[in-house]
Amino acid sequence: MRPVIPYVAAALLFGLGVFGVLRRRNAVLVLMSVELMLNAVNLILVTASLPLPAELAASGVPALPHGGQVFALFVIVLAAAEVGVGLAIVLQLYRMRASVAIDEVPLDGPRDGTEPTDEATLRDEAAPRDGTALRDGATAGEGAPATARGERP
Amino acid sequence: MTGADVLLLALAAVAVGAGALVVTTRHVVRAGLHLVVCLGAVAGLYLVLTAELVAWVQVLIYVGAVVVLLLFAVMLTRAPIGASDDLDRPLWPAALIGGGSGLGLAALLVDAFRWVRVEPPAPGTADRLGGEIFRTWVLPFEVLSVLLLAALVGAVVLSRREIGRREVAPRETGEREVGRREAGPRETGRRP
Repeated sequence: MRPVIPYVAAALLFGLGVFGVLRRRNAVLVLMSVELMLNAVNLILVTASLPLPAELAASGVPALPHGGQVFALFVIVLAAAEVGVGLAIVLQLYRMRASVAIDEVPLDGPRDGTEPTDEATLRDEAAPRDGTALRDGATAGEGAPATARGERP
Repeated sequence: MTGADVLLLALAAVAVGAGALVVTTRHVVRAGLHLVVCLGAVAGLYLVLTAELVAWVQVLIYVGAVVVLLLFAVMLTRAPIGASDDLDRPLWPAALIGGGSGLGLAALLVDAFRWVRVEPPAPGTADRLGGEIFRTWVLPFEVLSVLLLAALVGAVVLSRREIGRREVAPRETGEREVGRREAGPRETGRRP
């Protein structure tokens, strides 16, 4: 088999992941793009654990024949931990600002973010548990500024 | 062009195509479902590359757990069900950097591995990988278990409801403080 095929696929997947991280502004979609990048690295690792032919290898049989696959397993575990913590952060962001648009997050402390926080949490508590009413209440949101309604159509 | 090469090409095309749909679709939920296809195709690539254990772990953890978590997050952040136009930022910087890095890496790898052919190695079964993990990589394995515990505790700590309140409390006026204090126990007592 030719290892160049999975290598090129992994490079293209990594490029797509970089593109997605820079292009998307929904934080969940950014996390999906990060998963694409991690998968590209896993694919590189698994492909690199194929033994090279004799004329290219430095010293015959490698000492650790499945090292790349073991590293891929470790990266999968890291990705699971990363997505758990990342989703906790995203949900907390949504609870505080009623929006998961990452380019609306203030980087210099909670200066103007107090008002949407109160509106969002109070609306959260007051709204019934029924999905359409929640969506309508969130869409109406007359008191909240535009930053709090960033994700609504 | 052997059968393995054909399989690799087909699965790589599926993976890259589904990945492109993940980063370009206008539906948040469909992005998650395209991600399932992409990760499944990558698991198929692992199988063809004789990494059996990694393929099944990929199906179990990525397709089974990570995507379900992401879809839960889509649901909990009340993402719009239909197409939405405000998911994206400007195209050209992202296309330039993403396309440049992807195509540049692809060109490098093509240049290095263009004519290389390898024989399929001994399959990476759970037996062999387990032996290697517990003979050679015991210390990283144990450190990873500590890291998983730390991530678990960190996620629990991050999910408390009081985090936002403590940060905004000093900036409130007096009457809001009273209302907040009355509303406090009721809100902290009820967790979804």
